Amino acid sequence: MLHELTLTGLTAKLAAREVSSREAMQACLDRIDAVDDQVNAFMSIDRDDALGQADAVDAALAKGATHAGQPLLGVPVSLKDLFCVKGQPVNCSSKILGDFRSPYDGTVVRKLRDAGAVLFGRMNMDEFAMGSSTENSAFGRSNNPWDLERVPGGSSGGCAAAVAAQECFGSIGTDTGGSIRQPAALCGCVGLKPTYGRVSRYGVVAFASSLDQVGPLTRDVRDSATLLGAMAGHDPHDSTSVPTEVPDYVAELGGDLKGTKLGLPKEFLIDGIDPEVRAAFDAAVKQCEVLGAEIHEVSMPHTEYGVATYYIVATAEASANLARFDGIRYGDRVDGDDPFSLYCNTRGQGFGEEVKRRIILGTYVLSSGYYDAYYLRAQKVRTLIKRDFEQAFETVDALITPTVPAAAFKAGEKMDDPLQMYLSDIFTISCNLAGTCGISLPCGFTSDPKLPIGLQLLGKPFGESQLLQIANAYEQATPWHTERAVL
Amino acid sequence: MSDNDFDIQYVANLARIALLPEQEARLAAQLGDILGYVKKLEELDVTGVEPMAHAVPLANVLRTDEVQPSIPQEAALANAPKQANGLFVVPKIVE
Repeated sequence: MLHELTLTGLTAKLAAREVSSREAMQACLDRIDAVDDQVNAFMSIDRDDALGQADAVDAALAKGATHAGQPLLGVPVSLKDLFCVKGQPVNCSSKILGDFRSPYDGTVVRKLRDAGAVLFGRMNMDEFAMGSSTENSAFGRSNNPWDLERVPGGSSGGCAAAVAAQECFGSIGTDTGGSIRQPAALCGCVGLKPTYGRVSRYGVVAFASSLDQVGPLTRDVRDSATLLGAMAGHDPHDSTSVPTEVPDYVAELGGDLKGTKLGLPKEFLIDGIDPEVRAAFDAAVKQCEVLGAEIHEVSMPHTEYGVATYYIVATAEASANLARFDGIRYGDRVDGDDPFSLYCNTRGQGFGEEVKRRIILGTYVLSSGYYDAYYLRAQKVRTLIKRDFEQAFETVDALITPTVPAAAFKAGEKMDDPLQMYLSDIFTISCNLAGTCGISLPCGFTSDPKLPIGLQLLGKPFGESQLLQIANAYEQATPWHTERAVL
Repeated sequence: MSDNDFDIQYVANLARIALLPEQEARLAAQLGDILGYVKKLEELDVTGVEPMAHAVPLANVLRTDEVQPSIPQEAALANAPKQANGLFVVPKIVE
């Protein structure tokens, strides 16, 4: 069946003219019709627009367009509900944006279109990317394809669920504290968070601007490399995008791990990791050794301060970024007698509870009298966390850790205790604080129920190429990425 | 660092968020827990450590001051909750 192909497998068939882009797009739509009432990954789909894009690609293919020039020619790729696509809605799974439609295409959208992708669907997420389960979506949660009673992770949970359920050939999400890697781990797919500055964020609704990064969720590492290559690069519209060269990530895949030094951060391997996750992780480390990697224990002494630092820095930035949702220029407005009550009413009714919680926390840590004690101190601890990474990367090429301490949890399990929900991000957060790159890929399953387990590799800044090489070598030596959820 | 004086009404007001009474109570309790947890950072000696605002090795990113295309006025107003005469309409600000 067409929908079972990887992105790379599909491009081979498109290039050989064995299938058309319309057939590929239709295969996704048929699959969505068959399974998405169970998975609930999609917020909406503009089917006519998607098929129209596919027809345009087929016309270009007929005129001789090639995948050498446009590596994603004809490939259906879905987008998290925070990318601006001209003329299409973007809601960030929030009520506050109302019937907003984007007046322009963001840079990632433009680059994917230039590479020939067929962009479709708005994937469900935690409201404004705040959450680890999609339970904070104002439009209902998505379900984990491996066990519908469980969450797919978050905040890019719709992206991960759709890739795992084979409803698209790849999906683009964002990662502020693990929002690509954690759902990828929980759904058994590959999720890559590039280095801060690697991919432009112009036209991406901001959550925490010093942490947010755009990245792909895919069925395997090669697909991840293909999508990253299409999106990466400097953009004059985003002053935080870095003007360094973009390597050919796909061409550089291959090879074994001989001579590769992997660091095992001892502070990550603490009590509280689920025994099955720990066993799968230990086996993955052994597998890397078999493939030629040298394993070195490293120390990252500030690991335990990552979550506290993150929830000060991220909420402070969010309180500033989300000030724009005020009911004046766009989105839903709830009237008031004066502008002040209009703001309060609009934001009180438009934002969900987690978003309110984080804006209020962020406002507090920035407020007069508390700035030094909370925000400034957190920025200093952030420096210490970054130094941990710099020191580790003096001796090793990449770090190897579990992505999350446990497999997917049941819906509702952590909703009453936000702090417990935050603590489940402990292994993914420090990578965003340090601004480096990370990837999660499948490394096994729990036994009963059968749920995916994620392996995380953290690389040097702008070291995506080496990170993908290591991930690819491990993946190709193991069967995990070929397993599919039964729906 | 003390959270004993965390005043949910005061901070929600600063954030321009109207809360229902039951939300106030719940959020105040949850934020108290979270602020208690982040006290962990007091354990560390940060004397002489530079604060880090972001991870990009760039500063003062400038471009030439040239007129660039921008979205037309109708597109900018298309999402407005209320508009008239090419302007966003808001409640009266001054008496």
